[in-house]
Amino acid sequence: MGGVRVILISGRTIEQGTNLENKLSEAYKNAVAVCELSEEDLKKLGLKGDGSERVRVRTAAGEVVVTAKKGAGYPEGVAFIPMGPWANAVVSADTKGAGMPFFKGIEAEIEKTEEEVLSVEELMRRYAE
Amino acid sequence: MAEQYTDVLCPFCGCICDDIVVEVEDGKITKVKGACAMGKSKIMGHKRIEKPAIREDGELRACSYDEAIRKAAEILVEARRPLLYGWSSTVCETHRIGIELAIEIGAVIDNTASVCHGPSVLAIQDVGLPSCTLGQIKNRADLVIYWGSNPVFAHANHMKRYSYLAKGFFLPGGRKDKKMVVVDVRETKSAKMADLFIRVKPGKDYLVFSALRAILRGHEDVVPEEVGGVPKKDLLALAEMVKNAKFVITFFGMGVTHSGARHNNVVNAIEFTRAAHLHTKSTIMPMRGHYNVNGFNQVCTWLLGFPFAVDLSQGYPWYNPGETSAVDVLAARECDAALIIASDPAAHFPADAVKHLARIPVIQIDPYANPTTAFADVVIPSAICGIEAEGSVYRMDSVPLRVRKIIESDFMSDEEIMRRILEEVRAIKEKEGKE
Repeated sequence: MGGVRVILISGRTIEQGTNLENKLSEAYKNAVAVCELSEEDLKKLGLKGDGSERVRVRTAAGEVVVTAKKGAGYPEGVAFIPMGPWANAVVSADTKGAGMPFFKGIEAEIEKTEEEVLSVEELMRRYAE
Repeated sequence: MAEQYTDVLCPFCGCICDDIVVEVEDGKITKVKGACAMGKSKIMGHKRIEKPAIREDGELRACSYDEAIRKAAEILVEARRPLLYGWSSTVCETHRIGIELAIEIGAVIDNTASVCHGPSVLAIQDVGLPSCTLGQIKNRADLVIYWGSNPVFAHANHMKRYSYLAKGFFLPGGRKDKKMVVVDVRETKSAKMADLFIRVKPGKDYLVFSALRAILRGHEDVVPEEVGGVPKKDLLALAEMVKNAKFVITFFGMGVTHSGARHNNVVNAIEFTRAAHLHTKSTIMPMRGHYNVNGFNQVCTWLLGFPFAVDLSQGYPWYNPGETSAVDVLAARECDAALIIASDPAAHFPADAVKHLARIPVIQIDPYANPTTAFADVVIPSAICGIEAEGSVYRMDSVPLRVRKIIESDFMSDEEIMRRILEEVRAIKEKEGKE
C-alpha cells in the first residue's frame, strides 16, 4: 500500500478559467481541487479516478488533499493540478533568484486518502495561523 | 428591447478578441456571442463585492468609498516597504497612476508577469524577440508551433482567430494550407489536433531547443538518438517542416517559463527561431495570459525603464527580479503592507508567499471576492474594465487596443480609485510634513 512518485505540473484548464472570477464557488473547487493522473498511476494507487476518491499530494514545500481524476494524455509519472490555491499549497516559494517559482516539474509523492478536500476559506485560514 | 453591441473587445486573455457581440437589456448583459467559455463567463459576470469594507476585529465592515480610500492611504503612508501588486486585469491608465503612487511612497511595484511570462521578459532583454503581429500570423504563417502551451484550454479562440484554423489572405484554405506542431509533456487537446505532436520530458525543453538549433544549423551529426525524451527522427521531422515552411510562428506558454531552465528556456526558444532564419521566415511570441498583463509591462517600461518588479525605495528605479519580484518580497517577509489590484496572489502564489499576506495590512481593489479577500484589511470594489469602464490595453502581440464601456455601473473605476488614493496619500504626507 504505497504511494507513487510523480513529476507534478500545474496550469490552466478551461473550467479553471471559466470560474476564475468566481473562486469562492463550489464550481471552482470542483474544477481546481483535483489531481489528474495517468491510468498507470491510478492503477498503482488502486483508484478509479472517477471523481469519487481523494489523494494526498506531498512535495518538499507542503501537502494538500485533492480529488483524483483520470487525465487524458498523461504519461506514467506525470500528474497535473490546475493552477490555484490547492496546487500552490505544494509549490515552493523559492524562486532560486529568478522571481519565478517552479509551478511545474515538481517532484511529488501521491497516496490515497480518506481525508476531505479543504475549501478555499479553510485553506486560507490555515495560512493565517 | 435588447440593445446590441458589436465588435466588443473581450477582457479575459491576451487574445483580446474584438469581434464579440453583447446584448444588453435594462442595463444588464443578457447574451454574449463569439466569445470562448472563459470570455463569456467573464463578460456575463458573477457575484460582486457589493460595498467597500474595512476589517475590524477580524470581520469586514461595510463603509463608504471615502472611508476605504482614506484607510488605504493611511496604510500606505505608514508602511516602510509597501508592495503594489497585480495590475493585469486593469487598463493602462490605472497603471500610470499606480506607478506615480509607487514613486510617491517608495514602493516595490510588480505585476502578474512575475508568475507568468516574467522569464520571457528576462529572455527578451537578453536576446531580443523576432516577432510580428497576430494579423501577420493569420495571413502568412503556414507552420504554427505551440510549445508548452495548450490554447484549446488557455486561449480558446486563438487558433480560430489568429493561427491554425484562421483563413488568411495568403492562406485562404485555413487549416488546409497550414501545419500545426504541438510540443508538450502531455498529450493535450491542442496536441490531438496537431499534424505532429512531440512529447518532451518535463523540464527538458532546453535540450530539445538546443538539438533543433543544431539540426537547423547543419550539425545533425552531433544530435544523439534521443534528446529530452524525444526521438531524433521526430526532431528531424520538425526541422524539415520548419525548413519547408514559408513562415513559421512559435507560440510558447507556461510549459516553457515555469519549468526547468525557465528564462534560459525562452532564450533558447528565441535562438531556435533565429536558427530557422537560415532557411525561412520565422517568428516567436509569448502566449500572454491576462488580457492586459502586457500593458503593465509597456507602461512600466516607458515610465521607469523596467517592465516589472521595480523597487523605488531608494528614490530611483531598481530592477532585480528574484529580489524585487512579488513572490520573493513576500516569501522573505520583507514588505510591511500590500496593495493588491486586479489580481489574486492568494490563489496564485506559493503558500509560503501567501502566508505573509496574513501578517501585514492588505488593501484589495477588485470587482470580485477571492482568496486574497481573506487577508484584506481594506476592500475596495471596482468597475470591470472593458465592461463597465474603458481604457487602453495591449494584446499579446503588443498591439494597443481600446476596451469599451458597455454598461453603466455604480462601482468606481480602478483608475478613479487609484487617483483618489494617490491624492489622499499626498494630502496626508503634506499634513504630516513628510518628505
